[in-house]
Amino acid sequence: MNRFKIWQNFLISTVLFVGIIFSLPNFFPTNPALQVASSNSSIFFDASAKEEIEKLLKKNNVIIDKIENVENALQITLKSVNDQLTARRLIADYSNGEFIIALNSVATTPNWLKDLGGKPLNLGLDLAGGVHFLLEVDTERYSTERLSSEGASLLEEFSKRGINSNYKSSRDEITLNFTSLNNVTEAKKYLDQNNFSVSGSKYDLIQNENSINLRYTSNYLAEIVDYAVDQNLVALRNRVNELGVSEPIVQREGKSRIVVELPGVQDSASAKKIIGKTANLEFRLEAKSNASFLRKDKFFYKNQPSSSAFLEKKIILSGDSVTNAQSSFDENGRPQVNISLDISGGRAMQEATKDNIGRRLGVLLIEEKTKTFFDENNEVLQESYVEKSIISNATIQDVLGTSFRITGLSNSYEASDLALLLRAGALAAPMKFVEEQTIGPTLGQENITKGLNSVIIGFILVFIFMLIRYRLFGIAANFALIFNLVLITAVMSLIGATLTLPGIAGIVLTVGMAVDANVLIFARISEEIRSKSEVQLAIKNGFSKAFGTIMDANITTLLVALILYAIGTGPIKGFAITLSIGIVTSIFTAILVTRGIINIMYGYRKVERLNI
Amino acid sequence: MNIPFTKFNNLGVFISSVLILISILSMLFKGLALGLDFTGGVSLEIKYEQKADLERIRSSISKIENSNFVVLNFGSDDNVLIKFQSDEDLNINAQTVIVQLKNDNYLGEVTKSETIFPQIGEELRDKGGIAILVAILVILVYVIFRFQIKFGYGAIAALVHDVLIILGIFSIFNLVFDLSVLAALLAVVGYSLNDSIVVSDRIRENFVDKNKHGSSDTLINLSLNQVFLRTIVTSFTTLLVLVALLIAGGEVLKNFSLALAMGVVVGSYSSIFIVVKILLLTNLTKKDMEKSSNEPEESYSMD
Repeated sequence: MNRFKIWQNFLISTVLFVGIIFSLPNFFPTNPALQVASSNSSIFFDASAKEEIEKLLKKNNVIIDKIENVENALQITLKSVNDQLTARRLIADYSNGEFIIALNSVATTPNWLKDLGGKPLNLGLDLAGGVHFLLEVDTERYSTERLSSEGASLLEEFSKRGINSNYKSSRDEITLNFTSLNNVTEAKKYLDQNNFSVSGSKYDLIQNENSINLRYTSNYLAEIVDYAVDQNLVALRNRVNELGVSEPIVQREGKSRIVVELPGVQDSASAKKIIGKTANLEFRLEAKSNASFLRKDKFFYKNQPSSSAFLEKKIILSGDSVTNAQSSFDENGRPQVNISLDISGGRAMQEATKDNIGRRLGVLLIEEKTKTFFDENNEVLQESYVEKSIISNATIQDVLGTSFRITGLSNSYEASDLALLLRAGALAAPMKFVEEQTIGPTLGQENITKGLNSVIIGFILVFIFMLIRYRLFGIAANFALIFNLVLITAVMSLIGATLTLPGIAGIVLTVGMAVDANVLIFARISEEIRSKSEVQLAIKNGFSKAFGTIMDANITTLLVALILYAIGTGPIKGFAITLSIGIVTSIFTAILVTRGIINIMYGYRKVERLNI
Repeated sequence: MNIPFTKFNNLGVFISSVLILISILSMLFKGLALGLDFTGGVSLEIKYEQKADLERIRSSISKIENSNFVVLNFGSDDNVLIKFQSDEDLNINAQTVIVQLKNDNYLGEVTKSETIFPQIGEELRDKGGIAILVAILVILVYVIFRFQIKFGYGAIAALVHDVLIILGIFSIFNLVFDLSVLAALLAVVGYSLNDSIVVSDRIRENFVDKNKHGSSDTLINLSLNQVFLRTIVTSFTTLLVLVALLIAGGEVLKNFSLALAMGVVVGSYSSIFIVVKILLLTNLTKKDMEKSSNEPEESYSMD
């Protein structure tokens, strides 16, 4: 007789039960919602702002289900998708580009399911709509910037030793020019003493007749870029969190890139403004009034573009040294910003400030911007440029170290803005956008419908075919197929995998291929019957003989799916995930679940003839 | 059932050779119509309320200083796809086109916009090629480990055969080859292998079986007849779901499902003709099986 032992039946039922529980959250409807965050930290969503927005929506007949503060953002739950789109337009017009508005949906998972850890599937951008960016460290500019700064400090060291020099930077190297051969030798001696030319060190150094060329070795450059990408990752996460978008993705990709995905966000321009604010910070001393123009630069203030100040060319430290910045109030209740630096930053700050108490220390914000304008033929022109402006220029009261504060700010808004800029503006290396994708909400919804329809149609076709071809055995296989879909959904929801359109295609493909295991088993059983085996024995042998083939075939496909996952990006990864999960669950359902059902059908009675 | 498959073997090899030759020639002289993922560039999908006036769009964006705009319907006649290559720094981008159309008062709803730097596309191309090679290599190792090297040759020959023919069809019919088609191609590698392994498994079983006698040819024919129905049924169910994807999956999954459907047909065919031809060419005998008798068939029992 073909019967499973009690523990085997128990195991199968348990897996199926758990599978059903964790796939359940996907069957509850979601409510359309808006998430509104400010791109400017000085706007808070206090009670009055909330009221104002509520009034605005009500006036335009938008029915609000719920409106509440979630972290930095305002979350408005609505009754219909139409209202959601209307509300987005209304709030966008009202905010005049100051708000970042994300369309999202709020799950209505009941609490008991939530307590069990149940949550619906994460939808990828192609299903949820949203923006996707790929940013890359601008290695060339990064090395030029770093080298120029080092060149400036070298010049200072040289002039202390009476060596006259200046420097010029180009692409990825700087050239130190000297007035005499003697100076070159002296300078080279200094560089040698300070380990500039040790082999395997940071620099490639070429000595010419009256100049020295300095550039980073490729190893060292790779090292600092690697470090910078990690730092930028943290900074970008902070920025994205300021946006208040739910379920954002900020991930490193490869050696020098970072992926940012913001589900539901439609306005790529404002999102880019915040994320792509490829801003960097530089701390520089204010130049002495008698300093040579070679040693200083003129900058305007960010808040008062009409006034300006001269800062030294030498950079004390850049934004990557800032580990934190918070606005607060001093003992007299005046706004201030507390800044923390990392250890090397603290050391550099101490070095720079110890002899300069009473002078001013400027903080420069470097932003990369794009200008769009029309020429006389009404053609669109775009130009990107770098804007550097002073966000703070305060007097040094003391020797500064790893933590210090900026006081004398006019109000708390200015303080929180400055803190945000210091915190979020801290990109270790300049980055540029290399990929950009925006998917509208209607396209996302359309893709969900298309995906679901293909799963349903594919499923029904296979279902009918199996029923006609294999009758009772077909029913067993079809049950296994249903459980397979349930398990795939459960596993994906449980591990928080993201479902994409190619991912759905992977599920559809799994439906078609999963029955292969059953087809193999049924073919074996009918072969056994034909060679005059007794029915129960035929079933038993059919399953065990097909087992090896099923394993071989599935393991190799799984290997391919894993390779797909490893090399793939975006759509390929989504496909590989569902394919891999589908292969594993289909082995389980096609072998164990089908067997269990067939055991129930035939295992408890004497069967004379088998219709297969 | 008793079909003398091995008799048609040479015909199969002839047909395959011709197809592969045509595929290679087409790829050499015509190339593949690579998608945006691989070439880099900008694409925009715009949905209009009614039938879109492509000429109006063309004349509007022709004011932008860029010669290579492609404007076409995508999926339906109210949906438009605009593709173009830009310069290195992407000075002309999606925003430029949107602004221009807006100025000329003919902008629908932008449902999707995508910008990819050429250098990223180039990298993806390399990665894709490497992925297919790695996949083939890993499989070869697995098949040699689980079966025997002659089966490995057979499986790989079938894989290369399938991949080349699909690439050829994409090249000849100018079908856009993008990232999702690459994914499909790798899935085909998996599927084709699946078939080859089921066939190989049966051949091995019959070769190892001491009760079965006869020439290699007879044993292989016996095995093919045993698995033939299964191959047909599985290909059929897989084709059923692919038809569902083609009907309901929309434009994005069209070429993906097409590539897979071709893969299923070509893969089933190659598992029967190509794998077997290689096994016959390499003179697979019962003796080969004895050498690899360390094979763990018994350890795979269910109860």
